[in-house]
Amino acid sequence: MSAMTTDKLVYMANQIARNMALDADPVAVVADHIAAFWTPRMKELIFAHGSDGLDPIAAKALARLEKGREPAPQTRATDPHAHGADAG
Amino acid sequence: MGYERQIDLGTPEVRSDSTVTCTIDGRDVTVPAGTTVMRAAALSGGSIPKLCATDNLKQFGSCRLCLVEIDGMRGTPASCTTPVAQGMQVHTHTPRLEKLRRGVMELYISDHPLDCLTCSANNDCELQDQAAAVGLRDVRFGYEGDNHLGAATDTSNPYFDFDPSKCIVCSRCVRACDEVQGTFALTIDGRGFASKVSAGLGGDDYLSSECVSCGACVQACPTATLQEKTVKAIGKPERAVVTTCAYCGVGCTFRAEMRGEQIVRMVPWKDGKANHGHSCVKGRFAWGYAQHQERILSPMIRESIDQPWREVSWDEALTYTAAKLNQIRDRHGRNALGGITSSRCTNEETFLVQKLVRAGFGTNNVDTCARVCHSPTGYGLKTTFGTSAGTQDFDSVEDSDVILVIGANPTDAHPVFGSRMKQRLRKGAKLIVIDPRKTDLVRSPHITADFHLPLRPGTNVAVLTAMAHVIVTEGLANEAFIRERCDWDEYSHWAEFVSQERNSPEFLSPVIGVDASAIRGAARLYATGGNGAIYYGLGVTEHSQGSSTVMAIANLAMATGNIGRRGVGVNPLRGQNNVQGACDMGSFPHELSGYRHVSDGAARALFEAEWGVKIDPEPGMRIPNMLDAAVDGAFKAIYIQGEDILQSDPDTRHVAAGLAAMECVIVHDLFLNETANYAHVFLPGSTFLEKNGTFTNAERRIQPVRKVMEPLNGYEDWQVTQRLAQAMGLDWNYTHPSEIMDEIARLTPTFSGVNYARLDAEGSLQWPVNDKAPDGSPIMHIDGFVRGKGKFVVTDYVPTDERTGPRFPLLLTTGRILSQYNVGAQTRRTANVAWHAEDLLEIHPTDAENRGLKSGDWVRLASRSGETTLRAQVTDRVAPGVVYTTFHHPETQANVVTTDYSDWATNCPEYKVTAVQVTPSNGPSEWQEDYAAQATQSRRIVAEPAE
Ligand code: SF4
Ligand code: SF4
Ligand code: SF4
Ligand code: FES
Repeated sequence: MSAMTTDKLVYMANQIARNMALDADPVAVVADHIAAFWTPRMKELIFAHGSDGLDPIAAKALARLEKGREPAPQTRATDPHAHGADAG
Repeated sequence: MGYERQIDLGTPEVRSDSTVTCTIDGRDVTVPAGTTVMRAAALSGGSIPKLCATDNLKQFGSCRLCLVEIDGMRGTPASCTTPVAQGMQVHTHTPRLEKLRRGVMELYISDHPLDCLTCSANNDCELQDQAAAVGLRDVRFGYEGDNHLGAATDTSNPYFDFDPSKCIVCSRCVRACDEVQGTFALTIDGRGFASKVSAGLGGDDYLSSECVSCGACVQACPTATLQEKTVKAIGKPERAVVTTCAYCGVGCTFRAEMRGEQIVRMVPWKDGKANHGHSCVKGRFAWGYAQHQERILSPMIRESIDQPWREVSWDEALTYTAAKLNQIRDRHGRNALGGITSSRCTNEETFLVQKLVRAGFGTNNVDTCARVCHSPTGYGLKTTFGTSAGTQDFDSVEDSDVILVIGANPTDAHPVFGSRMKQRLRKGAKLIVIDPRKTDLVRSPHITADFHLPLRPGTNVAVLTAMAHVIVTEGLANEAFIRERCDWDEYSHWAEFVSQERNSPEFLSPVIGVDASAIRGAARLYATGGNGAIYYGLGVTEHSQGSSTVMAIANLAMATGNIGRRGVGVNPLRGQNNVQGACDMGSFPHELSGYRHVSDGAARALFEAEWGVKIDPEPGMRIPNMLDAAVDGAFKAIYIQGEDILQSDPDTRHVAAGLAAMECVIVHDLFLNETANYAHVFLPGSTFLEKNGTFTNAERRIQPVRKVMEPLNGYEDWQVTQRLAQAMGLDWNYTHPSEIMDEIARLTPTFSGVNYARLDAEGSLQWPVNDKAPDGSPIMHIDGFVRGKGKFVVTDYVPTDERTGPRFPLLLTTGRILSQYNVGAQTRRTANVAWHAEDLLEIHPTDAENRGLKSGDWVRLASRSGETTLRAQVTDRVAPGVVYTTFHHPETQANVVTTDYSDWATNCPEYKVTAVQVTPSNGPSEWQEDYAAQATQSRRIVAEPAE
């Protein structure tokens, strides 16, 4: 697979990690975010790539995802069932 | 519907808790206290002659035609300025009044040309109607006296003429420009008989004046003095159909006034709840593209993009396309296919495209152009509040005390709402503008921003966090609200973060480029000035921290309790007409309609039962991922409805490479757009005038789009998508878009109460519309947040990786202007080019001087991604070190210059920050020339259809 695409994925993962670094549980939210928004192909590509060039938070989050492989349901921020609950 | 003028009740509605009852010509009428006699009479079914009054302008009392007699009151007061009183007895038609009125009318008519029979306003002229109403038969003063009959007509505006010989100096036009539009372009010069209306300063005509061609004066004019050129050319309309503008997220409703299949004019609809009878130049006048000769009306195909196009029948085009798609799916798997929905198309059309992708192609690879504009809004507001939408209706601004506008230029990009906002500001609301440019709002007639923070592009998060620092450390946070409505632990974590010294205005000031004291002042004003409302636009979202900025805005609103009632809130100003709708309809690769994640089994089960197919529980690809995968050889076919990704998406070269690598690119559009240069199938689209459906505006208002003429290409867009689905073997049988809406309502909890019958009866509905909110929801989060507790998110300022340096010392930021729309495919094909013939590069005088540039010079604009050329405009609207341009014209290719940096959470491209260098130049760049050659080559259509 294209090195360029993998480079981009590493960049994206690092960018996500940098922006979520100050969350109370950064590894969990980064893992959640990637599970919720990345396609299986993107995840496979970055798992295959390993942790080279990855920010430590991103590396831990991806390791957690790879181990589980079962994606978390979605970002913690996303609660589909609440939708429409407040009708204002 | 036949043709009738819109009802004019003479004076504006009055809001009051108490009512009064009076008797007019023997009829009892009860109205809100403060209502005028004129309006009360009209409401009771009567009518009082009038000329200077109209119900969207404050009463003026100048023409004296509306006189009435009131028992117990001396004289004959003007009914347009006299409020009703309890028990008042009014007589509107007495011999004395009729005589007086005839006298008034006689004076008007003696200075008016008597060419009614040949006048283009014949039978649609208030002066003529009123002359008849007062029974004027003859003019005693003769027509020989002094008059204005010889005055020359000003035809400079491309859409309407000003013929002063017909003017009765009622000043309705001047008041419309002041009160409704807020541009103050017109004045009455001179006094008494010599008085006349003029646009701008002496010597100006309409086009060269400040006029922005909104059309309010034309609509207000009771005579043929100000009149649309099309009325002159085509004649009086015969019927009118109410529909919704297809340009921007304000969602103005219009009456399309028709003569046969021809549009005579688009007149803003007074009952429209988004626009209340106002409009801007785009919706009002720029619909000529619908009949433009460059529209493609026959489907076309070709094997490869170096071949010319071949026109084919619909059957052949669709069979060919379906076979190709099926083949690619068999060979490369379902994830090699994808689609892009359009924010310009209707909800129903968008829903069908994502349904085709999910149910037909069998993949979640569907995305929408909102990716490049408001995807961070979706992410940010969903994370913090629980729903991906603005919190207020437009009317809410009337109750705002402090308006904070960040990264938005409503007077240009959302003009009709911009005018409403300006009305409120002129009445005294305070204004904070956070924008690198001195936008019109910062200083306009009778409005001066209390604070303008001209931040360096890319530092939005820093400025908002610094404001939060002030609010928290100075004890201005609304603790009661936070304790009741938000998660206290998350708040405490956030408050501790923003209170750190490194987030203080003083510490961040050098980064932001704005004085700490101004940031402090703005924060204090927002927190303590009463109802605070935040409005933001693409200047917030199109950054590498777009999502963080949206969350930082939400944090500020929650910290100050500015959420959940009128006058406050967080309001994204949406770019295209149906961005909100396209997002609602499940256009994102990770979400089904109503923002339910594809991994949500319960939501998937609903769709699976209705559609009879399995839905992939894994998210699909976003547009940039699709392009990357195409370059990798893993993505092969795309169906693009109503979007021009080659022009609108960043890093044009990469988009071109991705498209060129695909085997089947299907473009469904009105014109051979730039993306079509890389397409194998072209399916002609229909305009909003040619279809039924709905659009959802920035205030979540679902409004009907109605077919006013038959589609020139033969089919509405939803029909084309349905035929493609059928050709692929899907059993779809919608006979009308209302059936698609019924399906949306069945599958989407926030839409469960929406149907066409209600939309027709009520005009519009604001979602959520369901059991809990049967009448819809103008304001969200009143008693609690959709997600339960409001969530504070720590938004650390992370500078973009796009940095200036010796090679690229300036920051480029991009935007849009009033008369043009997005990539300009439509507006460039109208007379709106009179205001914007080309994209210009705004540069500060100091930077220009350092480079030896003056306004009008050709310049080379280069970044790490590429370069282009355009002309410079030297202006201090931009700060030193910042340059600015628009992206309305394909020749400019501004996106050749933008980079592929994007928002960390959503990949919304970072259009607003690119490091560039500007140097003198003498012509188009190499890429522009290559591109022009490729485009010409690619647009060839073989003259004779091949066998
Ligand atoms: S068209 Fe609009 S801006 Fe121009 S003069 Fe008339 S009201 Fe004013
Ligand atoms: S141009 Fe029309 S609206 Fe304006 S003063 Fe003359 S008649 Fe009245
Ligand atoms: S472009 Fe926007 S503001 Fe202008 S008429 Fe259309 S909806 Fe209204
Ligand atoms: S309509 Fe009342 S004075 Fe003109």
